[in-house]
Amino acid sequence: MNQWTNFTKGFIKENPVFVLLLGMCPTLGVTSSAINGLGMGLATTFVLVMSNLVISLIKSQIPSKVRIPSFIVIIAAFVTVVELTMQAYLPSLFKSLGLFIPLIVVNCLVLGRAEAFASKNNLLSSLVDGVGMGLGFSFALTLLGAAREFFGAGKIFDIVVYPEDYGMLLFVLAPGAFIVLGYLIALINRMNKA
Amino acid sequence: MAQKESSFLNMVVTLTIVALVAATVLGFVHDLTKADIELAKKVAQEKAIKSVLPPFDSLGESWKTLPADGADSLEFFPAFDAEQKLVGVAVKTYTKNGFSGLITLMAGISADGNISGYEVLEHKETPGLGSKMDVWFKDESKPSQNIIGKNPVTSNLEVTKDGGEVDAITASTITSRAFLEAIKRAYNTYKEAADQQEATAKADSNKKGGQS
Repeated sequence: MNQWTNFTKGFIKENPVFVLLLGMCPTLGVTSSAINGLGMGLATTFVLVMSNLVISLIKSQIPSKVRIPSFIVIIAAFVTVVELTMQAYLPSLFKSLGLFIPLIVVNCLVLGRAEAFASKNNLLSSLVDGVGMGLGFSFALTLLGAAREFFGAGKIFDIVVYPEDYGMLLFVLAPGAFIVLGYLIALINRMNKA
Repeated sequence: MAQKESSFLNMVVTLTIVALVAATVLGFVHDLTKADIELAKKVAQEKAIKSVLPPFDSLGESWKTLPADGADSLEFFPAFDAEQKLVGVAVKTYTKNGFSGLITLMAGISADGNISGYEVLEHKETPGLGSKMDVWFKDESKPSQNIIGKNPVTSNLEVTKDGGEVDAITASTITSRAFLEAIKRAYNTYKEAADQQEATAKADSNKKGGQS
């Protein structure tokens, strides 16, 4: 496969959130603001790239019956690395994302790419796939977060656009996540069909 | 390279190796970041103390007291000015009644007994709702929700729904209740400790007076 299409497929064509519908838990949970979405996206990207890399390296050494537990241990190790590092060097981001970081372990996106791609492809393709999918995921989460922050609190990346009192609280709450996600999926589907 | 066969031995060996390597890596990372995590926590705590108290010169020795109505102790950080006079006390307080459990706050009590400030240290409240407490209760343009400068003795620090005089955060009454509970717990525990200190000081001086 051409590495460029492999890289770009994660953004629109096979966007993990809008098209593959993977990793819905953090998608709906953390995207109450753009910065939270971006932070979560980048943390997931790191885990995705590293786990894709390691798994594609050792894939032939792992008996297929225990591949899932092995993948999960590898993913969990990288998640903990991210968690500890963030706690040490980015305490303020950790404060707002703290609860969701350990949940990257059970993000279907990471395990899904490990199982569907990294365990069948070579090192370079897996690496490119991880970066592309991760950035696509970050892009989707940031977009979702920005839309919810804009409609709900009148801000984007904490920059005030209009007074908060006019915001629709619904968008910051869980139903807002579903509504915005639905519209964005419809939009992306329209773009993909066109 | 051919795929390894799923024999019992292969599976056990693979899982053991994977787990061992992962554990080793985590051990290293933990050692590497341990000092920095402690440092980040300490810096955050000092910053919180500075922001909740009026300007001060030095911090005295901290102490811990068990509150009358809680299982964990509160930590007190007294602050003094250049003449060693008490400026205020920062109290690390908590409540377990938040919408999603534990909330840890740093509350400042100035020497005259008013709330001089607060800072939210840790919480798991709903983002965009309960999480607004970090600014909500110190908004100077809205006196009905501002608790800064109020004295818990003269002001009824409860949400209006419960008959108090503080406006709760919109759609987050539970968080607001828990927040105020933590603030009051800090104040009450501090007052009790201060009264006790005064009483013992008085008793001491009385004793001395009797002897002379």
